Amino acid sequence: MEKLGKYIKPYVGFIILTMGIKLLGAVLELFIPYFMEIILDDVVPTGKLFPIFLYGGLMLLCAAGCLIANVGANRMSAVSSGKITRKLRYDLFEKLERLSARQMDELTVPSAESRLTSDTYNINQLLARMQRLGIRAPILLLGGVVMMLGMDPVLSLVLISMLPLIGIIVYVVTKKSVPLYKEEQTVLDSVVRVLQENITGVRVIKALSKTEYEKNRFNNVNSELTRIDQKAGMITAITNPSTSLILNLGLTLVVLAGAFRVNSGSSQSGVIIAFLQYFVMILNAMLGITRIFVMWSKGEASAHRVAEVLALPEDLVVVENGASGENSSSSEGSSYSENSGSGEGTPAHIEFKDVTFSYTGIGANLEHLSFRLMRGESLGILGETGAGKSTVLNLLMRFYDPQEGQVLIDGRDVRSIPNEELRSKFGVAFQNDFVMEGTIEDNIRFFRPIEDADIRTASEDAQAAEFISSREKGMKAEVVVRGNNLSGGQKQRLLISRALASRPQILLLDDASSALDYRTDAYLRRALHKNYSDTTTILIAQRISSIRNCSHILVLSDGKTIGYGTHEELMQSCEEYRIIAQSQMGEGRESA
Amino acid sequence: MPKESMKVQAHIGNTEEEGKQSFQGTKRSRGMLLLRLWQYLGRNRLLLVLALVLSISSSLFSLYGPKLSGQAINAIDLGKGKVDFHTVYHCVFLMAAFYILSSILTYLLNAVMIRLSKKISKQMRHDIFENMSRLPVSFYDRYQTGNIISIVTYDVDTVNQSMSSDLLQILQSIVTVVVSFIMMISIAPKLVIIFVFTVPATAVFTRWLANRVRPMFRKRSAKLGELNGFVEEMISGQKTIRAYGREDAVLEKFEEKNKIAVDAYTTAEANGTVTGPAVTCINNISLTLVCVFGALLFLRGDILLGDLSSFVQYSRKFSGPINEVANIIAELQSAFAAAERVFGLIDAEPEKADAPDAKILSDVKGQVTLDHVDFSYVPEKPIIKDFSMLAKPGSLTAIVGPTGAGKTTIINLLMRFYDVDGGAVLVDGQDIRELTRDSLRRAYTMVLQDTWLFHGTIYENIAYGKPGATMEDVVRAAKAAKIHSYISRLPEGYNTILSDNGTSISKGQKQLLTIARAMLLDAHMLILDEATSNVDTRTEQQIQAAMRELMKDKTCFVIAHRLSTIRSANHILVMRDGQVVEQGTHDSLMAARGFYHELYQAQFES
Repeated sequence: MEKLGKYIKPYVGFIILTMGIKLLGAVLELFIPYFMEIILDDVVPTGKLFPIFLYGGLMLLCAAGCLIANVGANRMSAVSSGKITRKLRYDLFEKLERLSARQMDELTVPSAESRLTSDTYNINQLLARMQRLGIRAPILLLGGVVMMLGMDPVLSLVLISMLPLIGIIVYVVTKKSVPLYKEEQTVLDSVVRVLQENITGVRVIKALSKTEYEKNRFNNVNSELTRIDQKAGMITAITNPSTSLILNLGLTLVVLAGAFRVNSGSSQSGVIIAFLQYFVMILNAMLGITRIFVMWSKGEASAHRVAEVLALPEDLVVVENGASGENSSSSEGSSYSENSGSGEGTPAHIEFKDVTFSYTGIGANLEHLSFRLMRGESLGILGETGAGKSTVLNLLMRFYDPQEGQVLIDGRDVRSIPNEELRSKFGVAFQNDFVMEGTIEDNIRFFRPIEDADIRTASEDAQAAEFISSREKGMKAEVVVRGNNLSGGQKQRLLISRALASRPQILLLDDASSALDYRTDAYLRRALHKNYSDTTTILIAQRISSIRNCSHILVLSDGKTIGYGTHEELMQSCEEYRIIAQSQMGEGRESA
Repeated sequence: MPKESMKVQAHIGNTEEEGKQSFQGTKRSRGMLLLRLWQYLGRNRLLLVLALVLSISSSLFSLYGPKLSGQAINAIDLGKGKVDFHTVYHCVFLMAAFYILSSILTYLLNAVMIRLSKKISKQMRHDIFENMSRLPVSFYDRYQTGNIISIVTYDVDTVNQSMSSDLLQILQSIVTVVVSFIMMISIAPKLVIIFVFTVPATAVFTRWLANRVRPMFRKRSAKLGELNGFVEEMISGQKTIRAYGREDAVLEKFEEKNKIAVDAYTTAEANGTVTGPAVTCINNISLTLVCVFGALLFLRGDILLGDLSSFVQYSRKFSGPINEVANIIAELQSAFAAAERVFGLIDAEPEKADAPDAKILSDVKGQVTLDHVDFSYVPEKPIIKDFSMLAKPGSLTAIVGPTGAGKTTIINLLMRFYDVDGGAVLVDGQDIRELTRDSLRRAYTMVLQDTWLFHGTIYENIAYGKPGATMEDVVRAAKAAKIHSYISRLPEGYNTILSDNGTSISKGQKQLLTIARAMLLDAHMLILDEATSNVDTRTEQQIQAAMRELMKDKTCFVIAHRLSTIRSANHILVMRDGQVVEQGTHDSLMAARGFYHELYQAQFES
């Protein structure tokens, strides 16, 4: 919890005020039994009526004041805890957005989600309750003790001597339960994952009649969650009865000791009665405090999970002058600057210089890759599944840093380009890219300040205009969750529109037209060629026809470059390429 | 399910529709909710009875305390030097004994209640999942994943918390109130009159407040669900958001939703927490009245000092639970709101059950007939009209057409993810609506464009469709699908866990894994929906032999863009704008020089 101190700090004044008001309420509440004792011990023996009503009236005033103070303070606690949570959630979301791909891989999406939702929710609850109960209970406890000390110090000591025992129990229970609550959240992550998989895979699961199997899988995580939940509950449940027991035994001792003191004339029976009143108050306060500890254990586990993410170091920091980043073991990295990138005068628009990269650190996903693209040129990447095609884009956009070599844009190492500047250069459509709930227009604009006209042009070039206009609301037509009301090809054209809408310097299409039929694909290529001739393009495709007109073609196999050149050159030099080309083009020729 | 969301139909296909909604559950009367919750409690009658017994006895023991302390005080009140120690010892001993017993019983009670409530929440999650697995595909096309997940995690937890703590409190409160009341009457019936005024005041007030606060808590749950839905969506699109550098804009959107969710929480909280202080206030007033009138009675000699003390203690015990219950009612509001969403999901209308006399499809020959089929996702937008075709056993039917022509719709009908509006789909001459869904779907092997893998090892993912497949089977399938060498290069080989963010595994590799999965199945009918769209041509060629093997002797339905792969089909359906515009063989369609011819030529343009 202390790790989140930064968030609580701006509201410390407000929280202190809240607690001050709470304190006032608590003090007023303490006066009620005090006046009662006066009535029973001092007034009643005199037999006068007026003071009885006077003190009765004072008691009523205290009750009213207590009401106002508590209602006000409770409201204030809701407001401040809400504001703190909002800021915390905001920062957490921002942090999650900015985590590097590698960090996100480690954290996993379901865990990120539950931290952002259920954990921050727990914290919100804790903050509000802490303010509500956090001051009242200790003050009632303290006040009760002070009042008792004033009335009869000896009897008070009997009761007070019980308090350390309670402290020990609370400490032990908290110590045991916090790790359990943490574990519980982890299991909850796996429950979320199973649910998620079942929702996204509903067709496959139904088709394979695996419903029973999935039920089993869910039952397992469900049982595990229940088990831990129960264990944590059982431990926490020790607190209440043992606190009550210790205090009640203390009370019994007070009655016993009181009997002796009254007998010896050093105390009065009215004092014992008032004591019993304060005792109920102290007992409740004590139970309140132990409740706070239970909440604390839960909140602490959540706070820890949130703080853990917030404390993740910034990965992929911008390095000046392309000096090697923390992931780079390259020593030559730092020697490149503006012009040395090419060594041939004007720097290339995009250049990969002897790049080697591995996702896991075991084996290489790309080995010694080098290529240069001038502005307006295009590169087609061909290669079997898993050859490392998408990895090229991941490195160019700096989702990851290469272990060796350099990736340069306009002669600058991408590691030296601030993220915003770097990413503003690109228009991208990934494989299986992200379509969100909203309108078609929202999806193309994608939160950027882009004119309607540009969006229209982009959709025309991406061959999406036809299906968009066939919809009743056109650009404003709704797209449902995950784009489930769009076919694969419609999604792809939407994504290409998105990529084109900002007229980017660099266009990256990762297998972005695989679901398009040949005709639409051909129209798309024609539009790109005609209207985006300044744009440097990298195309990943499986169809030779999609890339045969590219300025350069890179053939990858298992992370290694096995061919680089134009279509004609590769037909001569690269056997793999020739085989693929013949298999795809040949059939057409024979019958067309 | 709320009417407004029933209207919303989201689906695959090129039809227009309204946006989806977050899942709200149904507004239900509190009585209905209590009844449903009771059904869950009722399943655990034994625990419940045990809890009741423990609760009553532990309360009785602790309630006897004040009576005893009152007696002790009466014995002490005799004054200096006259204290009746015999009675005092007696009382003190009994007090200690009763308190110890009471604490032990309380812990046992807690343990029972925790068991009970965890059992119930487990049962609830189980029931939700049970129904989720029965829900039609269209349901998931309609609602946000995050929203559904939030019901299983957050809402069930909220209900569960109420069950364990609140229910226990209520149970104990009832006992305490009843016993205290009896004790008070036995001590000083006249003073009890005070409560005739204060108790109804409390009841009326809490009821009024509860009605006011309930919609606020309902909103709190709903808004949190929406926030979760948004988070789920945006985190899954994180890579794209980053690629476009749109983090700030998304953050802004998030902040909007965040603000709404937090505000809803704050409003509910601020109003809900009025109850506690208000009821405390009423209690303090009644304490004052007891004290003042008690003092008057004492002066008239109607009551002993020790009895007045006991009475005051009981009156505190009496109103204490009422206070608690008032607090709990505020908590219950959020539990009710959560329960509405939970039951909404449990009661969401499942796929129409198999007909009672549904037959199990066995000895499949694989003859598939579509007989005058009409179908639409949305009533006013027919997708397929009066369409008929016949696929003979072992034949290959190809479905072609431009992107978005509605080819997937045919698959949805064959697998009965959706039911036809008119006409019938028949397998081996039997209407598929007269067959069990399980046996129908098992008769097909399906490889989809959307690759779906789950968190588990590669072995588990491949063997998924065929329980009991050995490692040899899996390796053979992987080899046939040309993914074996990739797998064996992984440090953990077939035991590599595929996590949801397996960045190092491409979509093409995922597709090969799903093809390997299909290779293990031995159904008589096969559906390939763009099954190789993400696989490069080279690999596709390499797996062609295996694909041919996979398709051998099976009735195949193939959706493909690469027309080369379907030239050998026995029957080609050409779809356009949701309609079947041409059908025939490759040669007949080419000869007709229609739409198919046009499509076919287009692929060789450059």
